[in-house]
Amino acid sequence: MTEIITSDKPAADQDPHPARLIVTLALAGLISGVAIVGIFEATFTTIAENKARELRAAVFKVLPGVSQMQKLAYLDGQVVPLPPDASPEKTIYAGYGEGGKFIGYAIPGEGPGFQDTIKLLYGYKPADRKVVGMEILESRETPGLGDKIYKDAVFVGNFADLPIDPVIEVVKKGRRDSDNQVDAITGATISSRAVVRIINETNVIWLDKLPATGSEPVMPAGSDEVAHD
Amino acid sequence: MTESENRDYNEFIKGIWRDNPVFVQVLGMCPMLAVTNSAINAIAMGGATLFVLVGSSFLVAAFKKWIPKQVRISCFIIIIATFVTIADYTLLALVPVVHKELGAFIPLIVANCMILGRQEAFASKNTVRLAVMDALGMSTGFVIALFTLGAVREILGAGSLFGIDLFGAAWEPWVIMILPPGGFLTLGLILLVFNWMTQRKQMFMEKVAEAQRSDS
Amino acid sequence: MQELFWIFISSMLINNFVLTYFLGICPFLGVSNSLETSFRLGLATTFVMLVTALCAWVLNTYLLIYAPYLKVISFIVVIASTVQFIEMLIKKLSPALFRALGIFLPLITTNCAILGLAIFSTNRGYGFAEGITYALGAGLGFTIAMVLLAGLREESELSDVPALIEGTAMNLIIAGILSMAFMGFAGLFSSA
Repeated sequence: MTEIITSDKPAADQDPHPARLIVTLALAGLISGVAIVGIFEATFTTIAENKARELRAAVFKVLPGVSQMQKLAYLDGQVVPLPPDASPEKTIYAGYGEGGKFIGYAIPGEGPGFQDTIKLLYGYKPADRKVVGMEILESRETPGLGDKIYKDAVFVGNFADLPIDPVIEVVKKGRRDSDNQVDAITGATISSRAVVRIINETNVIWLDKLPATGSEPVMPAGSDEVAHD
Repeated sequence: MTESENRDYNEFIKGIWRDNPVFVQVLGMCPMLAVTNSAINAIAMGGATLFVLVGSSFLVAAFKKWIPKQVRISCFIIIIATFVTIADYTLLALVPVVHKELGAFIPLIVANCMILGRQEAFASKNTVRLAVMDALGMSTGFVIALFTLGAVREILGAGSLFGIDLFGAAWEPWVIMILPPGGFLTLGLILLVFNWMTQRKQMFMEKVAEAQRSDS
Repeated sequence: MQELFWIFISSMLINNFVLTYFLGICPFLGVSNSLETSFRLGLATTFVMLVTALCAWVLNTYLLIYAPYLKVISFIVVIASTVQFIEMLIKKLSPALFRALGIFLPLITTNCAILGLAIFSTNRGYGFAEGITYALGAGLGFTIAMVLLAGLREESELSDVPALIEGTAMNLIIAGILSMAFMGFAGLFSSA
């Protein structure tokens, strides 16, 4: 793999003149720059495709029935499809089914977990005011205990049909008596609570900003831009 | 074996046992212990380090005549950082899953004192051929060390090796082994075993020497 | 504010650089034989970390958004030269401070904890205030770990330790036990 840097440095004269030191460093920097830009260009498309595929997979997973999506941002007091030149801090995704029918939003959230910050994505259906899916994107919770927040299908299943009003609550396993409650994982109560708190807090940020039911942004016909984002 | 082949072999083999960078010199494990929580991560990290070390040693040995002494360290660092960036992007493109696990620790290969150490101590003073042999040996030793750590920690901490379950459901994994304390403890214990073996060998050699003396 | 506090506590205790990320264990094992030296090295590291956070923020804001591939190389070059510059500055301005902390500076620059700080805070997308808080927490956490290990080692100097385990092996096992103790800090924030 070493053929990337093959151009020879010129053999300058032997006494180390300050200019020669600078020339050597500049040359080294130049060759290194060419090599780095080369590898970046060579891998750029694959990396971008991988990322887009991962994102799509996550959005489709938390919003069952979705086959198209677009990125939305909160700009000038309303949630709109992300203009190409804007780079707002927070974005969400809108998911659409067959024929461009709006299904729901996929909203990313993050917050402190047991060990480190947990990043997750959850699907929200404004028509039913329900969370319909949850996927952990990043976490360093304890293996065997806290990592059940994404490894335990029963816990993840809690979020498949979960009303968000008044707030989502965590209860001890088996003590669920209301639809808006989630069964905590035995031995990982803190991680379970962290996940629910992140969703509740993210709801507070986003729900007021979302457009009224029926007036959601429309999926542009024939395009699915996020896929090539 | 000709003399030069013999020399190649010596430069290669010393890194694996006698001067093993991790077990003997205790070098270069700073950022590496963090990714030895499973065998596959350890191998991936070892592989990336091998690529960087061999590539840098090759270039440093090839260009040693043109690099003035005063700026050699800066040049070494530029060369190493370039190879690390290449390794980083290659892993990200080809095996995104592995890259996600190793993540932030790949750029830290730059700060691995073993790599800069080999450039300064060996590659900048030897022929390309010997430098590459030395780099191969050192990094193979490094990979073996990382793999040993990763395998021990995964077997005890998760009851599996390369993700394949070893003991069945009855095994209660020692979760602590795949958590950070397990890294310190495992390396400490392996060093202990290594010390013990060296000590035994020394005692054995002394005995042999004594026997020879009494024979003559 | 609450978020900054979480970053601070998290980087200092819950995700201590030395005891959970294994960053900077070279000086951790090499220098930590005297309490006094460890403490000063810790403070000097905290200082370099703050400078690093500043450099990383400047690079992230003005260079890396256009050229993300220069991350590794620019961090190394910029941090090393900035610290060298500050070293000269301290030598000129305050010889006393230089004697106390300055001698550690070249040693610290090559420490993986410094590069680790820059890379971690970039990956987490920290802004200016968050980056500085993260650096402060990480530096103090490093100091705490160094001082604790040095104290334990000073004690062990006086005890009768089998020759086989003396040295790095024992220090690693001590560090492992410290790391276990620090696991107790996990969940400090989310249990509320």
